[in-house]
Amino acid sequence: MSGAEFVPLSLPPILIGVFAAIACALPGNFLVLRRQALIGDAISHVVLPGIVVAFLITGTVSTWPMMIGAALAAFVAVILIEAIRRLGRIEPGAAMGVVFTAMFAGGVLLLERSDTSSVHLDVEHALMGNLESLIWLDAFGWSSLFDLEALAGLPDELPRIFVTMLGVIAFIWLFWRPLKISTFDEGFAQVMGMPTNALGLALVAVSALAAVAAFDAVGSIIVIAMFICPPAAARLVTDRLGRQVGWSALFAALSAVLGYVLAGYGPIWLGGQDSVSAAGMIATVSGLILAIAALFGPCRRGGRA
Amino acid sequence: MIWQALTLQLGYNATLVTIGAMLIGIAAGVTGTFLFLRKRALVSDAISHATLPGVGLAFIVMVALGGDGRNLAGLLIGSALTAAAGLACVQWLTLRTRLAEDSAIGAVLSVFFGFGVVLLTVIQTMESGRQAGLDGLLLGSTAGMLLSDAILIAVGGAVTLALTLLWRRPMILVAFDPDFAAASGLNIRLVDFATMALVMAVTVIGLKIVGLILIVALLIIPPVTARFWTDDTAHVWQLSGVVGGLSGFVGAAISASAPDLPTGPIIVLTSFALFTLSLFLAPNRGVMAAILRHVQFQRRVHLRQGLLALAQSQPIFERYTVKLLEREGLARADGVATDSGRARAAKALRDEKRWEVLRALPDQEATAALYDGLREIETVVTRDQLAEIDALIPQPAGVPS
Repeated sequence: MSGAEFVPLSLPPILIGVFAAIACALPGNFLVLRRQALIGDAISHVVLPGIVVAFLITGTVSTWPMMIGAALAAFVAVILIEAIRRLGRIEPGAAMGVVFTAMFAGGVLLLERSDTSSVHLDVEHALMGNLESLIWLDAFGWSSLFDLEALAGLPDELPRIFVTMLGVIAFIWLFWRPLKISTFDEGFAQVMGMPTNALGLALVAVSALAAVAAFDAVGSIIVIAMFICPPAAARLVTDRLGRQVGWSALFAALSAVLGYVLAGYGPIWLGGQDSVSAAGMIATVSGLILAIAALFGPCRRGGRA
Repeated sequence: MIWQALTLQLGYNATLVTIGAMLIGIAAGVTGTFLFLRKRALVSDAISHATLPGVGLAFIVMVALGGDGRNLAGLLIGSALTAAAGLACVQWLTLRTRLAEDSAIGAVLSVFFGFGVVLLTVIQTMESGRQAGLDGLLLGSTAGMLLSDAILIAVGGAVTLALTLLWRRPMILVAFDPDFAAASGLNIRLVDFATMALVMAVTVIGLKIVGLILIVALLIIPPVTARFWTDDTAHVWQLSGVVGGLSGFVGAAISASAPDLPTGPIIVLTSFALFTLSLFLAPNRGVMAAILRHVQFQRRVHLRQGLLALAQSQPIFERYTVKLLEREGLARADGVATDSGRARAAKALRDEKRWEVLRALPDQEATAALYDGLREIETVVTRDQLAEIDALIPQPAGVPS
């Protein structure tokens, strides 16, 4: 296909998908190893009430208030989960289940009760994202990549998710050793004098940040899938943490590209006319990758984690 | 309006939905208890999300066969099939690979749901799929429900509840002590399978009313709520059923009483309200009880320390201590002991000395371990022992008595 069609219509969504996938998959490695994989699930549910409240307060669907609302909601959720877990002495999984379902229900109720018919804000959109709509109208071909004027017209989500991804990479690169040690042997890390609690909290905060930024661009299904599937698949491929992180980034990027292409062109190849949901397809592809890794991965058995 | 809803006077459909919601709530509460006690509450999240592709596939198949794609029974059968597939995937990933259960749950949940969304977009492009209304199953919708659907839900809820009650004994046993259950001849895998089958049944039947994203709330929140009130298993599942049933009934009634009140979220929020009440008000495990305990403990420590200070004529700097002593009539506002204060203080000091002696006795080690600076010594030793201890306290010597 020609650049004139590809660059404006497909390049930005693919790049956004890839960046979002990597930003979620990298912290996902540690979450999977720490058995906190479902935090991504919880965060992406509680983001909804945050966004709705931000909309009700500001009255507009603009990005920053919504991002702040989502981040605040994630923060509230983490505190609530922790409070319920400690006050009621309840296992973390159940505490999480109580909090995210209740907050999500609250978000849905607020959405239904408030007049959002004039704006594009609904539950399906929050779940499935709208990757396909993130097009770059100012581009006319590959040459636009070097045209400053055209570059200014890129969808806002692209630079935002790119910066988020860089931030996530920086966090993991800076705290690589403490993260690694505290993930595998928390007791040893404590003896070494590492602030393991603060580190765990920072990891959750970075995950929440990645989730909120990615959610804004691609919807919550991709967020949950990318937090877990690529790292889990990578875990079945190698025993080394460094390689696992590398593989997970590769799997994430592969899922995003393949998923987008299959969603956009697959039905046409099969003789249909309309494309299917890119977000759903990306999650499906990441699941297929995990399935292959679970069936044939060289390290699929062995120590549990 | 709300009273009419609560007393089931809003028409035949609303009544059936309310009763159906209550039955599902009870069944979910009871079944959820066993999941919760097995610490597998979030498995239900994977199961419920895995119903979506089944709904989509069932719709496509029914349309392909020339039927009505919206037939609820057909959709529910489809959703049960993929929910079972999802559950099997979770089990397989957990048992056969080194992934932990939470990763397996998250992977299955997101992938199945993602695939379901793909199928929904396929359906939207189909001729007959424009108004399929399948997205109503995401969050539950009771508006415009057919009478046959309401009957299906009510009957399904009743059957699930009956099965849950029938199988509750083995499930309790396995939830609490799997080893003992195995030793007494129960087939644990079979019981677990039955539990999961019930969870699936609850999920599938609750799909239309509560929606697949929120149905897990009905399986998790009631048992957690019930756990606050009792430590006794038999009571946990009963209470959990009551909480679930109440949430279903009240939630469905509230939602029927006015427009724009989606049934699923209202039911979930009702149960969350019950949970919050329990979190604060439950005796023993609740927050209020914990605060009360703390305050009482603080009071006893301050009183004790104040009395010891009085007995030894030490000044008391702690405001709170003086206030407590004053309120009990043991001291004046300036910290000087009253008569009864002096008497109590003398006793406190004497008891402290007795404890000291007791703790030095090797054969009283077990009793001495009870010393915490607050316990009255009379409550742990007999009168005779107390006399023996007193005999060991050095008496004033060299002064005429």
